[in-house]
Amino acid sequence: MAPISIRRVTKAFGKTEVIRGVDLEIENGSFVVVLGPSGCGKSTLLRMIAGLEAISGGEIAIDGKVVNDLEPRQRGCAMVFQNYALYPHMTVAENIGYGLKVSGMPSSERRARIDTVAAALGLTDFLARKPGQLSGGQRQRVAMGRAMIREPKVFLFDEPLSNLDAKLRVAMRIEIRKLHQRLAATSVFVTHDQVEAMTLADRLLVMNRGVIEQVGSPLEIYHRPATTFVAGFIGAPGMNLIEATVTADGLRLADGQVLPLDHRRYPHLVTETAVTVGIRAEAIAIGTGDGIIATFDFAEELGNGRHIHLEIASTSLVAHIDSLAVFAPRARVPLVISPRAIHLFDPVTGRRLPEAVVEQIPTAVASFGEPLPA
Amino acid sequence: MIERTPVLNALTHVTMALGLVLLILPIWIVFVASTHDYVTVNRVPLPLWPGSDLIANYSKVWATGNFGQTMLNSLVVAIGVTAGKIILASLSAFSIVFFRYRLRMVFFWLIFITLMLPLEVRIVPTYAVASNALSPFQQMFDWLGIAVALPEWNLLNSYTGLILPLVATATGTFLYRQFFLTIPDELAEAARMDGAGPIRFFIDVLLPLSRNNMAALATIMFVYAWNQYLWPLLITTRADMQTAATQLQKIVPGPLFGQPPVWNEAMAATLLVMAPPLLVVIFMQRWFVRGLIAADK
Amino acid sequence: MERRATFDNLWIAAALIAPQLLLVFVFFYWPASQAVYWAFTTQPPFGGSNEWVGLQNFQQIFADAVYWNSVVVSLVFAFLSTSLSIAMGLLLAVMVDRQLPGYSVYRFTYFWPYAIAAPAVGLAFRFIFAPDAGFVSAVNHWFPNLWNPALDGVDAMALIVIANAWKMAAYNFIFFLAALQAIPRTLNEAAAMDGAGVLRRVRDLQLPLILPTLFFLLVINITESFVDSFGIVDIVTGGGPARATELMVFKIYSDGFKGLDYSMAAAQSLVLMVMVVGLTFVQFRYVERRVHYN
Ligand SMILES: Nc1ncnc2c1ncn2[C@@H]1O[C@H](COP(=O)(O)OP(=O)(O)OP(=O)(O)O)[C@@H](O)[C@H]1O
Ligand SMILES: [Mg+2]
Repeated sequence: MAPISIRRVTKAFGKTEVIRGVDLEIENGSFVVVLGPSGCGKSTLLRMIAGLEAISGGEIAIDGKVVNDLEPRQRGCAMVFQNYALYPHMTVAENIGYGLKVSGMPSSERRARIDTVAAALGLTDFLARKPGQLSGGQRQRVAMGRAMIREPKVFLFDEPLSNLDAKLRVAMRIEIRKLHQRLAATSVFVTHDQVEAMTLADRLLVMNRGVIEQVGSPLEIYHRPATTFVAGFIGAPGMNLIEATVTADGLRLADGQVLPLDHRRYPHLVTETAVTVGIRAEAIAIGTGDGIIATFDFAEELGNGRHIHLEIASTSLVAHIDSLAVFAPRARVPLVISPRAIHLFDPVTGRRLPEAVVEQIPTAVASFGEPLPA
Repeated sequence: MIERTPVLNALTHVTMALGLVLLILPIWIVFVASTHDYVTVNRVPLPLWPGSDLIANYSKVWATGNFGQTMLNSLVVAIGVTAGKIILASLSAFSIVFFRYRLRMVFFWLIFITLMLPLEVRIVPTYAVASNALSPFQQMFDWLGIAVALPEWNLLNSYTGLILPLVATATGTFLYRQFFLTIPDELAEAARMDGAGPIRFFIDVLLPLSRNNMAALATIMFVYAWNQYLWPLLITTRADMQTAATQLQKIVPGPLFGQPPVWNEAMAATLLVMAPPLLVVIFMQRWFVRGLIAADK
Repeated sequence: MERRATFDNLWIAAALIAPQLLLVFVFFYWPASQAVYWAFTTQPPFGGSNEWVGLQNFQQIFADAVYWNSVVVSLVFAFLSTSLSIAMGLLLAVMVDRQLPGYSVYRFTYFWPYAIAAPAVGLAFRFIFAPDAGFVSAVNHWFPNLWNPALDGVDAMALIVIANAWKMAAYNFIFFLAALQAIPRTLNEAAAMDGAGVLRRVRDLQLPLILPTLFFLLVINITESFVDSFGIVDIVTGGGPARATELMVFKIYSDGFKGLDYSMAAAQSLVLMVMVVGLTFVQFRYVERRVHYN
């Protein structure tokens, strides 16, 4: 258990900068999920915390102590790798206990610790097997066991679930969450699976091209994306983004149609400013009358609704609807969009425009009742 | 796959059987010849079935060829080369693959280039070095104007001289490097996270994982070292330092001229020389084939 | 992406590689550079001052008909034994690769000859092909004096070619078989679905796909025939009769150690080195291409 401070950290491989100044405070015992597109530097950041990658600039402190020059073994971190990296020639028990063996723990004590960890992970029956004789999920547990047994201050996970099938992934996700509740060790978890990120994170960190785009609770990030990148990246589908111009009566699109705008939220907006409008697919409904009209493109069936792909002002737009309405190709579809569902961004910097009246973000209710005594 | 090709199949069987005769019959003839007496072995055509003089022939040739001593020498050399090669090759490949330093590719190429020039084509100057293994350093000191007189270190007629030049090649390093490159980065990183340093990782993870490679390399090196001929011929003059392979030259009269050899004994000697590597290969064939192919030069 | 080197303890890295580098320096680079040095000087064996003579040694060997004889003999030997051993290894590998019943026996035994030392191979074949004893001498019963490698240069060459090809055929067999077995089964099945019969598949599918191996083996076989054949020649023919089997390696050995002419031997070594290195370079270029192939 330890807080992690990352201060102005940069990383360059030769000439290419892959981490460009990251500042981040990770609280003691929190579960931070790092999310971002492939190649944005998530693994690199994690590996710098672990000590597997040298830090080019800035510093990283674990538990208040700068660790820039410490070896991985001196940092008190444990890591779960994407491909598990189990030692193929060792049994499950040996794999889990290897770290303790290296540290010189006598074998009887080690044995006891291995048994405890194995029991917690349901691996007791497999202790004598080699990794090659295990299923993907079991291997994943062994990798977890190897990390847990050393009771590290910090857990690092680099896409540990991405090699599992969808069902197992959900199950393991829940186990990791439970494990964290029990051990309460500071955890950094890298993934590019959004659902995983949303469900696991205390705090979510969205990265792009080596910089942090936004840090916040999952709900914050979903409901108040700080940049167009986050808006488009988070959510399935990502937020619709349309160019528009501010007018007295709303937001004028390129084709002249006008989206509603609550001027009280944006009192400082000058008319005729160009903005980028963000609207979640779920915030778009099919209307009846005239209102705003889009052209129907095609629909994707989801089972619990459908994604309607539309075109408006030469921009594509996706709406998530529950109705089973069927549209003819190129049909005119009237839309209802609430002004409260509108996000505005600066089209040049991509940053969110400041609002005067902050919309209430739905927050998870802290707790129902008292936790049971352990 | 269902495929009916009876004629072709028959042809295939015939060819394979013929191939077997061509490749194995010579070994059989050597064996048969080594079991007959002097008169029978010179009879034309040669009988195809073993005779009764096996023990007589072998005990005779064992003495004339001094095989007790020379086979032992060959064994020492073969094991020395094998062990030396495995140790040096695995260590140097470990350095090249798992450590980060600027010269690693330079070193790799320095070692790798030695694959190109077999010992035989640089035999004369290598012989000169063997007569004083420290002479390269002496020379360099002289050039640099450093007045140091190194002692002479003569490797002629020594196991060291028989072994070291054969160890100084790249086969093993290359084989190990190929293997190490297949080990995922994460495994080394996991070991680091587990607190293992490089030496620990080498001993606990790399060595156990490379057991198959080691077996293959050991087989190849054993055969290679046992079968050396020109090099031992050159650097050994004392009778007690000869190797088994070089004895063949001594127990038959000059090639093709003068007296024909005493064939039954010559074939007994031949079989003695060919047997150990053959047995090693047969015994280790699974790894040997795999390793030979992975070596791929 | 290039592999991440994991450790960065320079002292350990240096200590690990130092012994190998030291050996390679003393027994490879030093001798190789000595050979170059000697090739351009004349030096009495074992000490004495040596004198720079430029290309004189080379002029001398290139003006020597006996030297050219050894080059021609080496090339003929290389060509014949390589073609023979490759053809045989390939044929057997293709047959075994069909995996008809019993093939594993052949697979198990075919490569034995590779384990046998060159001089032992030489002596065995010297007996089998002896003109007045052994196995082949029977032909002389029916056709007196048809076969006599002791007197006839062509016979002697045939003898060492056969001996060397026998050893190398076993080696080639292993590599060809491995290459054939590396061809995905589905490719073969796809070709069969396309209507290609067994022989057709050998020609259109298997041979083109193992071409890189074929090329690799060509180079290896030629190099080996320059090098490893010393043991065969020394035991079987001693370079005779009338220098008909005097290979380059054998001549270097006799000039250097019997004639004690280091400079001549070094100049010849250098020519041989250039030939071997040239071959290896050709092979590297091809191996490079093979990597892209996959
Ligand atoms: N050893 C290296 N040498 C050079 N470039 C590297 C190295 N390691 C990573 N990179 C580069 O750094 C960038 C970030 O890599 P990183 O592995 O951190 O991405 P990631 O966000 O984890 O992506 P993914 O989701 O695909 O795992 C990439 O562009 C990658 O090519
Ligand atoms: Mg990654």
